[in-house]
Amino acid sequence: MTTMIGGRQVDLDASAAPVTRSIRHPFARFVGRRLATGVVTLWVVSVLIFVATNVLPGNVAEVVLGHNATPARIQLLDVKLGYNHPMIQRYFTWLVGILHGDFGKSAVAVALDQAQTSISSTLVSPLLNSLILAGITALLLVPLTLLLGALAGIYARRPPDYAISTPALVFGGLPEFVTGTLLIFIFFSVLHWLPPTSGFSPGQSPFTDVGELVLPVLTLLGVALGAGIRQVRAGMIETLQRGYVQFARLNGIPERRVLVRYALRNALAPSVQIIAQNLQYLFGGIIVVESVFDYPGIGLYLVNAVLARDTAKVEAAAIIIAALYTFINIAADFVVVLLVPKLRTAVT
Amino acid sequence: MSTVTLVRRQARSGLLHDWGVRVGGLLLAFVVFVALFGGLLSSQSPYVTVGIPGAAPGAGHLLGLDFEGRDVLARFLHGGSSTLVLAVTATVLIYALGISVGLLAGYSRSIIDPLLMRTVDVLLSLPSLLVILLFITGLGSSRPVMVAAAAVVLFPGVARIVRSATLEVSTRGYVEAAVARGESTVATLRREVLPNILPPIVADMGLRFSWSIILIASVNFLGLGIRPPTPDWGLMISENLVILPSNPLAVVAPAAMIGLLIIAVNLISDGIMRVLSGGDR
Repeated sequence: MTTMIGGRQVDLDASAAPVTRSIRHPFARFVGRRLATGVVTLWVVSVLIFVATNVLPGNVAEVVLGHNATPARIQLLDVKLGYNHPMIQRYFTWLVGILHGDFGKSAVAVALDQAQTSISSTLVSPLLNSLILAGITALLLVPLTLLLGALAGIYARRPPDYAISTPALVFGGLPEFVTGTLLIFIFFSVLHWLPPTSGFSPGQSPFTDVGELVLPVLTLLGVALGAGIRQVRAGMIETLQRGYVQFARLNGIPERRVLVRYALRNALAPSVQIIAQNLQYLFGGIIVVESVFDYPGIGLYLVNAVLARDTAKVEAAAIIIAALYTFINIAADFVVVLLVPKLRTAVT
Repeated sequence: MSTVTLVRRQARSGLLHDWGVRVGGLLLAFVVFVALFGGLLSSQSPYVTVGIPGAAPGAGHLLGLDFEGRDVLARFLHGGSSTLVLAVTATVLIYALGISVGLLAGYSRSIIDPLLMRTVDVLLSLPSLLVILLFITGLGSSRPVMVAAAAVVLFPGVARIVRSATLEVSTRGYVEAAVARGESTVATLRREVLPNILPPIVADMGLRFSWSIILIASVNFLGLGIRPPTPDWGLMISENLVILPSNPLAVVAPAAMIGLLIIAVNLISDGIMRVLSGGDR
């Protein structure tokens, strides 16, 4: 028994040394290539964002001016916002600006002749607030997904599994605004425990009143946990049926040791991908969750900009969310390749 | 008995005996009934102000009044059809687009394949709701834009599945025989390829339907879809959040219906997948 475990370890150690040496170069190449695809993806996404928000020329000035729209005013605003230039030229002006940290001018602010028209400075605080919300959720999400998913897998089709899987099935499928409003109903209307909205002003820190963070975090957790738990559970069940787990059990190794040393470690690798998907989800989920709770983050910023048809603000928030999304995807690919030795050789 | 017949028989009886499918079916029937025929049962107008905004439930107004003093029950009964109809339309469009693009990419064996699939990859590299909001910014919000945007966001998944299934099937003998007989590409795709790749395509149809509902209801909730004063469950939730303390039912009733609809579709879709995968999950 011990010789077998020892044998495995010796085996691994023996192959580890030459592998790392010969693989280092391919891994660097993998990193380089993955980063390059990320940059290309983001560039294509930037084209998509720009084209989608600019399909109808002249639309912006007309919508923003609303009742005050006269042909002369529309033309004046178009010139101020640069819409008199061809689309391709405008795209490159926009792209070069972003690369310099300049996200353009707010159409609404220009129309109202406000002093502050540049939107770059208005993005910082919402972005930080969103990162705080997503960060806290992620810190709770990762361990909870693994723990509950593994437990459900170990106790598959027994009471503990049902206790975990049924809520996961119900809440994992619900839209954020349904979970959010039901939580507001329970914790605010019925129990009077927590505030219904995160009413802190844009300059304030979200930590001023931690109670205001609870419901947004719970909503995001509810949706993200549901999907994650089910996948980790499936991975755990599959791993437990593998030959090496059966063999370890037949050898009389204590069940706890079988679960931790044999099953859990091997079930973890595919879970990284699942967790990455969930973290990515967070940056899509905040769009609705921040609107439900009036949480002044980048998602609420985006929704308000779309409501006001403030194109530059929509584009800025969209490219930031897309960048975060792409970044998490790339980071997850690196972690997976580092965790699963098999994939290291496959990347060359 | 051959394994195939055995599996088929198990699948058929499994679907009807699966508790998830049964509960889901009942829930779905209830929600769809309320959404489609609720309007006929309502005796009051969903547009007329009849009392104090946010009034609690009472005689004549079983669910109370909304933020503008309109009867919540009437708006509730009228408000389900919009999201349901839009989501069904979007799902049909998702499959029309996904199957066409997938077949084209999988069968063409030319530059068209990577071209289409890379486009699909880009769409998958963004949060779905974000793409829809971009389209609404550019094209304004209307029912056609919502349906088209939801389809653009969700068809890539179908296209990927169809493409890989087509790649696999198109090298089979019966497809090559059809090509050798001189059948047209359209006829080959329709008669030989499509029927043989249907099972993996249909398997996750419920999932895509439930995503369509979520996306469209979310856009309505954000106030970027169906315009007031039209009654809509998603829109009702956000409109009435201000009167939550005085009449919580105006928020909870539509939220519960959307929730039940999604749970019902997921239960059925889960049951179908469980049965298709041999009942062991």
